[in-house]
Amino acid sequence: MKSVLGDRKAIILLLTPALLVYTVIMLAPVVWSLGLTFFSGSPLMGFEFSGLANFERLIADSAVWDAFWFTVRYAVLVTLLQVVLGYGLALLYNFVLRKSSVLVRTLVFFPVVLPTVAVSLLYQKIFQSAPSDGFVNELLVNVGLDSVDWLGAGTTAFVVIVIMDVWRSIGFYGILIFSGLLDIPDEIIESARLDGARGVSLFRHIVLPMSLPILFASFIFSINGTIKVFDSVFALTGGGPGSSTTPLTLYMYRTAFQYSDYGYGSTIALLLTVMCLVITLFIFRSSRRDITV
Amino acid sequence: MTATLDTVAVRSPRAPRLRPGGAGAAAARGLRRIPALLTIAFLILITAYPLFWMFINSLKSNSDFLNNPSYALPESWRWDNYVTGWETANLSTTIVNSVIVTFPSLVLLVVLGTAAGYALEVLVFRGRATILLLFLAGIMIPGQMIVLPLFTAAFTIGATGSLLPLILIYTASGLPLTVFMMATYFRAIPREIFEAATIDGASMVRAFFAIGMPMMRNAILTVAIVQFFQIWNDLLFALIFAGQRRLNTIQVGLLNFSGEYGSTNYGPLFAAICITVGGILLLYLFLNQRIMKGLAAGAVKG
Repeated sequence: MKSVLGDRKAIILLLTPALLVYTVIMLAPVVWSLGLTFFSGSPLMGFEFSGLANFERLIADSAVWDAFWFTVRYAVLVTLLQVVLGYGLALLYNFVLRKSSVLVRTLVFFPVVLPTVAVSLLYQKIFQSAPSDGFVNELLVNVGLDSVDWLGAGTTAFVVIVIMDVWRSIGFYGILIFSGLLDIPDEIIESARLDGARGVSLFRHIVLPMSLPILFASFIFSINGTIKVFDSVFALTGGGPGSSTTPLTLYMYRTAFQYSDYGYGSTIALLLTVMCLVITLFIFRSSRRDITV
Repeated sequence: MTATLDTVAVRSPRAPRLRPGGAGAAAARGLRRIPALLTIAFLILITAYPLFWMFINSLKSNSDFLNNPSYALPESWRWDNYVTGWETANLSTTIVNSVIVTFPSLVLLVVLGTAAGYALEVLVFRGRATILLLFLAGIMIPGQMIVLPLFTAAFTIGATGSLLPLILIYTASGLPLTVFMMATYFRAIPREIFEAATIDGASMVRAFFAIGMPMMRNAILTVAIVQFFQIWNDLLFALIFAGQRRLNTIQVGLLNFSGEYGSTNYGPLFAAICITVGGILLLYLFLNQRIMKGLAAGAVKG
C-alpha cells in the first residue's frame, strides 16, 4: 500500500500551492530582511551597503535597549499574570462552579474576541484624566483620592497596558487551562479524597502536579505572544509618553516607517526574531514531554 | 462528592479552614461559598461593566460626557451619535474592506492549509518531516521580520494601492498554524480509509477532496475561527498596506478616526467603537462554545 500513499502527483498537487505561497511570502522575506540588515536606506531613497554599521548602532542605541527592557518587563509580568490568574479561573470553573460554569465562562471570555483597537480606545477613555475624568479617576475621587494622569507618565501607562492586556486575555487562559484540568481523571481525585486529601493538600499534591503540562504550554504560548506585543500598545499609548512604553515591535515600526530606515528596522526585527527563536526552542524541547496535545 | 475543594481558587492561604461534617456543616458550606460568589460577581462586573459604560457613553452629548459623571445615564439619549459615528468613522468603507480582506484569505488559507496538512500527514515521501518543521518555524516569525521586504516588493511592482497584498500576506502568515493543526487532525484518521478509496478507483487527490475535506469539516471550522480573529483584528500589516483612507480596514479606520476626530467628539467615537465591538459580540453569542474550543485548540497545537 506504500505506493498509493506515495502518489507523486497527489503530493505535488496538494503540497505545492501552500509551500509556494509560504516560501514566497514568509521564508523569502525573512532571508531578504536578513540581507537588509547590511544596508541603510529605503525603497524611496535607495539602499546603500553599510556593512555591520546597523549592528554597531543597535548595540550603542539606548532606545533599543529601553525598548528591549520594556518588552521583557511586559512579557514577564503579563505572562505571569495571565497564567496565574488563568489558573485561578480554571480552578474556579472546574472545582467550584463545575457544570454551572458555562455562563461565567462565556462572559469572562467576551473580551478575548474583541478587536484590540476598540478595546484600547475604550481603555483610553476609562483611564482618561483630561478634559474630564474617566471612570477610574471618578472612582478615585469618590473615595477621596486624587485623580491620576494615567497615560501621562511612563509608570502608570505601563500599569494601564498591563491591566488592559490581562483583562483582554484572562478568559482565554481560563479556558485553556480549564480544558487541561478536565483531562485529569476523576478517579484520581476521588481516590485522593478517600485517602484524606482535602482542600490545599489535595491541590498541592494531586491537582497541581497533574496540571503542570497545561500550565507549561500556557506559559510558553503566553510568552511567545507577549514578546510580540504591538496592537494594544500602539492603539492605547502609541508608545508614549515619550518612548516610555515602546516595545521592540513598535520601535521597529517607527524606525522603518516614520524614519524610513529599512536597514536598521530589519536589524531591530532580527533582534526580536532571535528572542522568539530562543523561546520557540523551549517549545520544541518541552513539546516532547507534553502530554496535553 | 460534596464541595471539598470549593474555595481553593479564591481563599487566601491563611484563611481559617472550616471542617466539613458535624452540626454546622451546611452553614459552613454556605459560608464557604461566599468568597466564590464574590469572585464570580467581581468577574462579571469587570467583564461586563466596561462594555456597559461604553454603551451608555455612546448615547451622550459631548457636554454631557464632559460635565457629568461618566457612569451616570445620559441626560438625553442621543441615538444620532450612531449615525454620526458611522459616517465620520467611514465605517461602511472600512467594514467592507475588512470583509474583502478576511474572507478570501480564510478560503485560501483553509484550502491550501488542509491540502498541505493532508499531504504532510497522510501521504508518504522523503523530506516531509523537514517540510512540516519548515512550516512550523513560521509560527515564531514576528510580522516585523517580513513586513519590510514585502512592502518593498509591493511598492516596486506597484501593488500598494490595492488590498491584494494583504490577502496574500494573511494567507501566508496563517499557514504555519493551519498546516500544523490540520496535520494533527489528520493524524487521528486511519490511513486505511484513504487506501480503501483508492481500491475503489479514486486517486489520492480525489480521496482528499471526496473524503479528507468532508471528514475535516469540524477541524476546518475550528481553524477558520482561530484565523478569522487573527486576520480581522490585525493591525500591523493593515497599517502598512491599508494606510490609504480608501483602503483602511476597520482597525485602521477606527484608529484614524479616534486620532482625527474622537479626541474632541466623544459620543460618535463611543458609538463607532460600540458598532465594531457589537458585530463581534453578536458573532460570539452565536458561536461561543466553538470559538472558545477553537481558540484553545489553536493555542495548544500552536
